[in-house]
Amino acid sequence: MRIALYRLLAVLLPFSILEILCRQHIIKPLILPAPSRILFGLWSVIAKGTFNAAILKTLANVGLAIVLSIVVGIAAGAVIHRSRYLRALLEPLFSTYYAVPIYAFYPLFIVVFGLGDAPQVLIGFMLAVVSMIVSTLAGLDSVPAVLGKTARVMQLSPVKTLRSVTMPYAAPYLFTGVKLAVAYAFIGVIGAEFIMSGTGLGYEIRFAYDNLDNDVMYPLILLILVIAVAVNMILDHWDRALKSRRERG
Amino acid sequence: MMRRIIYAHPAPFFVVILLVLWQIVFWLVGPNALLPPLETGLYLARLLQTARFWGHIFETGAAFVIALAIAVVAGLATGLALGMNRTMAEAFEPFLLAGNSVPKIALYPIVLLIFGIGMPAKIAFGAIHGVVPVAIFTLTACNNVPPILLRAAATMRLKRWDMIRSVLLPAALPDIFSGIRIGFSLTLIGTILGEMFGSQRGLGYLLMTAIGLHNVHVIMSVTLLLVLVAATANALLLKQDRRLRNPGGSPQEPG
Repeated sequence: MRIALYRLLAVLLPFSILEILCRQHIIKPLILPAPSRILFGLWSVIAKGTFNAAILKTLANVGLAIVLSIVVGIAAGAVIHRSRYLRALLEPLFSTYYAVPIYAFYPLFIVVFGLGDAPQVLIGFMLAVVSMIVSTLAGLDSVPAVLGKTARVMQLSPVKTLRSVTMPYAAPYLFTGVKLAVAYAFIGVIGAEFIMSGTGLGYEIRFAYDNLDNDVMYPLILLILVIAVAVNMILDHWDRALKSRRERG
Repeated sequence: MMRRIIYAHPAPFFVVILLVLWQIVFWLVGPNALLPPLETGLYLARLLQTARFWGHIFETGAAFVIALAIAVVAGLATGLALGMNRTMAEAFEPFLLAGNSVPKIALYPIVLLIFGIGMPAKIAFGAIHGVVPVAIFTLTACNNVPPILLRAAATMRLKRWDMIRSVLLPAALPDIFSGIRIGFSLTLIGTILGEMFGSQRGLGYLLMTAIGLHNVHVIMSVTLLLVLVAATANALLLKQDRRLRNPGGSPQEPG
């Protein structure tokens, strides 16, 4: 209860301070419109539907990047897990991957794939897939070797082994991987749209910024934050529910 | 024989494979889109002999160092403040985690409107990227400190600052260092991104103008330089990271 109160305060306090500062014109509306105005703007942007195409485009690209990275990540993780050799070879890639500015490759992707959706999806996919691979590896590592042997002794079919031995152990790790993949896909796709593209939310924000159109820019930024945080919170909630069920079961 | 070499030195072997792949991709897509590895290296070497290029490097470097300092100090302070108080930690950890999943690039226009085009905007953007992981890792590190150490500190009636300095920080250092390592790379990414939009100098600016002019030579060379610097720095930090986690120095299987 007290914690909920703290959280509420942490949201409301800065908002009200900003509101007052903006209304008093201590912060100029050219820099930041009052928060209430941004909220109202968000509502009217959604109600008018001017940006529905851009929103859908972004969500579709993010969705595609997520699905691709989960499927490819789990498959690649399973393959790499089988081969100690491959794993030793790829270990340096996993440990440095997120240190490399992936966006730096975006210009190359544009040159290679053109200015369609492919470069954005690819950036989202590239950011997301490695965390999925690493999580899959960690998940498969967590299955005790003796249980794998037991399954073989009992001559379980591969599907059955997967369902009753591998998944119960690996699932929490896979879920962590999915959570990371979702966050990275959002960051990658929107970032790519922002840097250079002709469609999507990132592009619209950039366009509004270039035109000093704060009444469009701030609501759209807020929309991205709300979507990203909401998706993250839903997955987190789900994760917790699964965990507590597992502990009780 | 071959296998043993790979197990002993996976990194150089991996680099060789990457170079081969690069060359193959070049043959596939043609010289309009890519440069082959050797030519990129040579062009980078040529760039590195010009004073103007070093000017860009110093500009980016200065912005990065300041941004990293801000990110580490602010991240440590936030992480410690939350980590020393259970209620605060429980109340605000979700905010940190949410902050981690937000595409911070969307905040860029705001940073630019507040700071204007130039050095402060780049620094702010770099620091925004780096501060969250440092804070999260510091918070987790504080939660993982064995409670007995804290109780011992309380029994000895250490002052709050002494407790932080001589108990909490040393015990949490390995985890905090991992956070700083990740914060390092994210700050670099943030600084470069900042330069791509709101700057007239620096490597990010160079990259952005090269995209506009479709100058594949510059795009490839700058990308190569960034990847080399980031990968090398990360490898060094990772080595230190492992040393902190395993102070005895006995070789241990990773994972």
